[in-house]
Amino acid sequence: MDDAKAFEQFKECAVKVLGVSPDKVVMEANFAEDLDADSLDIVELVMELEDSFSIKVEESELEGVDTVGGAFNLVKGKIA
Amino acid sequence: MFYGSKIVGWGSALPDTVVTNADFEARLETNDAWITERTGIKERRFGGTTSSLAIEASQKALANAGLEPKDIDLLILSTTTPEQTIPATSATVQAELGLNCGAFDVNAACAGFVYAMVLANSMIATGVKRILVVGSDTLSRITDQEDRSTAVLFADGAGAVIMERTELQDNAFLGWDLGVDGSLVPILYCDHGGYMKMEGREVYKKAVLAMVASSKQALERAGIAASDVSLVVPHQANLRIIEAATNRLGIPIEKTAIVLDKTGNTSSGSIPLALVAAAEMGRLQNGDHVLFCGFGAGMTWAAAVIRWVV
Repeated sequence: MDDAKAFEQFKECAVKVLGVSPDKVVMEANFAEDLDADSLDIVELVMELEDSFSIKVEESELEGVDTVGGAFNLVKGKIA
Repeated sequence: MFYGSKIVGWGSALPDTVVTNADFEARLETNDAWITERTGIKERRFGGTTSSLAIEASQKALANAGLEPKDIDLLILSTTTPEQTIPATSATVQAELGLNCGAFDVNAACAGFVYAMVLANSMIATGVKRILVVGSDTLSRITDQEDRSTAVLFADGAGAVIMERTELQDNAFLGWDLGVDGSLVPILYCDHGGYMKMEGREVYKKAVLAMVASSKQALERAGIAASDVSLVVPHQANLRIIEAATNRLGIPIEKTAIVLDKTGNTSSGSIPLALVAAAEMGRLQNGDHVLFCGFGAGMTWAAAVIRWVV
C-alpha cells in the first residue's frame, strides 16, 4: 500500500473515532491540542486502526506518540 | 437440564457517605471535569462492610419477592473483598439473614455477579428451588486513596437477586458466556494486603473487546438479536467503556442501565445496583430481553441474557 492511500485510510479511522473534520487530520496535528483527543480516544483510535489495517499495536509502542504523524508512522511500519 | 430459572426479587444497598469529585479535587491533583469526561463518575459511596451491604441488599430482595429467609435454599455471594481469608463472607451473611441453607463465596473479579447468576441457574436446572445471589464489594478498602488514577474509580455497594426454579418451558435464563484470559493478570491486580494496580488504557481496550465478544456469544446462544435487547445492564466501571461496547454491539446507549455516575465501580455490586435502579424506574416490562455483561481483573468476563418476567 502506498503512503497516500494508507494515510487516507488512517484519516478515515481518525474522522470516524474522533469526530473531527478530515481537513484537521494532518501529520502535524497534536491529538490533545488540535484534535481534542484524550488518552481513551487514542485507545479507541488504535483499536479502529488495528481493525482497519489488520495490525496489532502494543500499549508500550504508544509511548511518546502524540501527533497524527507519530501514529501514522507507527501504523506504516507495521504494514510495510 | 430439568428446570429453568427466573428472577423473582431484587434489592440493593449503598453506604451513606457520599464522596464527590470535588472531595478528590481538594486533596489530589485532579478535577471534576477530568474525572467526569474520562469515567462518567460524579460521586460514589464509601463505607459499610462487604457483609453489611450484602445483608441489606438481600433483605430488600426478600421483601421485594415477598419471601421469608426459610424460603431460600442456597446463598451465593460474589465478592472480591471478603472480610476474612476464612470463612467465606457468605457465612456471616447467611447467619445474619437467618438462612438455613448452604452458602459460599465466588470470586470472578468484576464479572463475579454474572458468574454467580450462571452458577445459580445451573444449580436450579438440577433441582434447587430458590437461590439468593448477592454481589457485594467494598473496593475503597483496597484502593490507594492517594493514587489519583484509581482513587476516583472504585467504591462500595451491593445488590442481590433471588432466582427461582421454573418449569423448563417457562425458563427465563436464555443464554450465557463465561471467559478468562489469564495472561492479562498483570494489567489489573491486587496483592494480599495491598492496593489495586491497573494499566488503565490496556484494561479499557481489553474490556471493550471482551464485552462485545462475550455479549455476542451469549446473545447467539440465547437466539436473541442485539436489536431485540430491551436493556443492557453492564458492569459499571467507566461510561466510555460502556459507550464504546454498546456502540459496537449496535445497541443505543439509551437502552443501557447506568448508575456509575452515582456509584463509581463497585465490582460485584455494580450490575445488580444498575438492574435494581432500572427496575425501580419502571424501565423493565414483562417479556423484555435483558443483557448482562461484566468484565474485570483476570481479565475475566461474563455475559448472560434473560427474559424479564413479572
